[in-house]
Amino acid sequence: MTDARIPLVRPERLESPLPASDVVQQPLGVWTRAWDNGGLRKTMLLVVLLATWEGYARWLDNPLLFPTFSATLVALLNGLASGQIPRAAVFTMSLLLRGYLLGLVLAGVLVACAAASRLGSDLLETLSAMFNPLPSVALLPLALIWFGLGNAGVIFVLVHAVLWAVALNTFAGVKAISPTLRMVGQNYGLSTLGLITRVLIPGAFPSLLTGAKVGWAFAWRTLIAAELVFGVTSGSGGLGWYIYEQKNELRIPEVFAGLLTVTLFGLFVEHVVFRTIEVRTVRRWGMQT
Amino acid sequence: MSLPDANDRVTGGTPLLEVKGVTLQYRTRQHVVTATYRVSFDVHRSERYVILGPSGCGKSTLLKAIGGYVAPVEGQILLAGEPRRTPGPDRVFVFQDFEQLLPWKTVCENIVFALTAAGRWRPREARERALHYIAKVGLTEFAHGYPHTLSGGMKQRVAIARGLAMEPQVLLMDEPFAALDALTRARMQEELLQLWEEARLTVLFVTHSISEAIRVAQRILLLTPHPGQVRAELNSTGEDVVGADGVRLSARIEELLFGAAWRSSGAAHD
Repeated sequence: MTDARIPLVRPERLESPLPASDVVQQPLGVWTRAWDNGGLRKTMLLVVLLATWEGYARWLDNPLLFPTFSATLVALLNGLASGQIPRAAVFTMSLLLRGYLLGLVLAGVLVACAAASRLGSDLLETLSAMFNPLPSVALLPLALIWFGLGNAGVIFVLVHAVLWAVALNTFAGVKAISPTLRMVGQNYGLSTLGLITRVLIPGAFPSLLTGAKVGWAFAWRTLIAAELVFGVTSGSGGLGWYIYEQKNELRIPEVFAGLLTVTLFGLFVEHVVFRTIEVRTVRRWGMQT
Repeated sequence: MSLPDANDRVTGGTPLLEVKGVTLQYRTRQHVVTATYRVSFDVHRSERYVILGPSGCGKSTLLKAIGGYVAPVEGQILLAGEPRRTPGPDRVFVFQDFEQLLPWKTVCENIVFALTAAGRWRPREARERALHYIAKVGLTEFAHGYPHTLSGGMKQRVAIARGLAMEPQVLLMDEPFAALDALTRARMQEELLQLWEEARLTVLFVTHSISEAIRVAQRILLLTPHPGQVRAELNSTGEDVVGADGVRLSARIEELLFGAAWRSSGAAHD
């Protein structure tokens, strides 16, 4: 027995490791890669959901209450072919985009003021606390009195729907930016405006995007609801009006086709437009995983 | 690598940076806290000057004041004889925080951003300059990668390259290697010394590590804590040499900073 207190002296050991590149990296299997593809996973979910819809509607067998997916698809294709749905969609979209973009710009101005001064941030917090809980549609009667029966009233309401969600989210993002980044911006001699446009806005981009998504959904809801409740507010109607008209004539598959169009737009904007922006910005920059 | 002896330096003429009786305070919710009290020192051109002290001696606040982020309540800070009250590109900061690179810009763009924001270089020159300094810190392969793909040490190298590219009057380094592992840290210290050999930039370096101070500095300012006050100003050759009194430099610094309290409390050695 050796004394446990005396450490065992062992000779030194030197080895030269061989290059072994195939151990370091191995390709993933086909299934693993397919399952990693978010598009594929979501498509699968969508197929399951549509199959459930079709199965339930067939079992219910009441086209007035709940038409099948296939009937809805036929109604949608008919609507597309007759040009009724595309016309309504274009009308809704043009109104929506105008209100949405105006809302984004105003939110940007408000957040810039809030980022530049304490009084500005007080203003943003107070205004959003007062107006954010007001449902946009509740403002529509007022807007119609102020702006008359035209697009201006609807755009006013859309701006209200978008502005607060985007401004609040973006400002939360600005507040979360590391003080070091601000100091870096000041170090290289940026003015207040330069600091806002070149450091604070890109730094708040993940929250800004979330705000933009929430604002987009609010804008859609507001516009469709406004058209459903108040009908045609100007010359021709949009998707909400289309749904309303079809309901009056009890053409329920057409109502579903109108709703389906709205959800398709939602899917497209979320998965193509916003996803592309995300991949090219926040994910590429490592600010979001 | 041969380092110039501390005595080789040109110390004549007016100092580049003069800190005269600077008292700094910051506000918490309930109190006004004095971070440094009547601190004075001079930094000469092309000097590697280290501010060393335990936490709470106000060394980082002092550096922020020189950077123009904090205004002194008493005293003056003069750069080339002129007071500076706001942050500016003549005093470039390298922070401890790895997140000092803009995540939405590549390594190269981060440096170009700094060069063009200051308005001293046109975009094309800025790009060439950026690539030149990226090569100097050995990151050419990563020039077009985003910061999140780099390790902590690499991010600090980019921040140093950005600082060097700006050719500031003084490079302010706030514990830039404190968050790195020991091996990377030692390598970064050597690299900094090499880069200094080439550029001969004035470097003001803050650290709480005695060994790092001895390695990096030509001159070391010792601050005592609560509030920060000057204890001593020493010269260093880069090695932990034994002085005329037979005491190692590191032991002398420990004695000066902690005195008898050091031996009895047995505080951790850095």
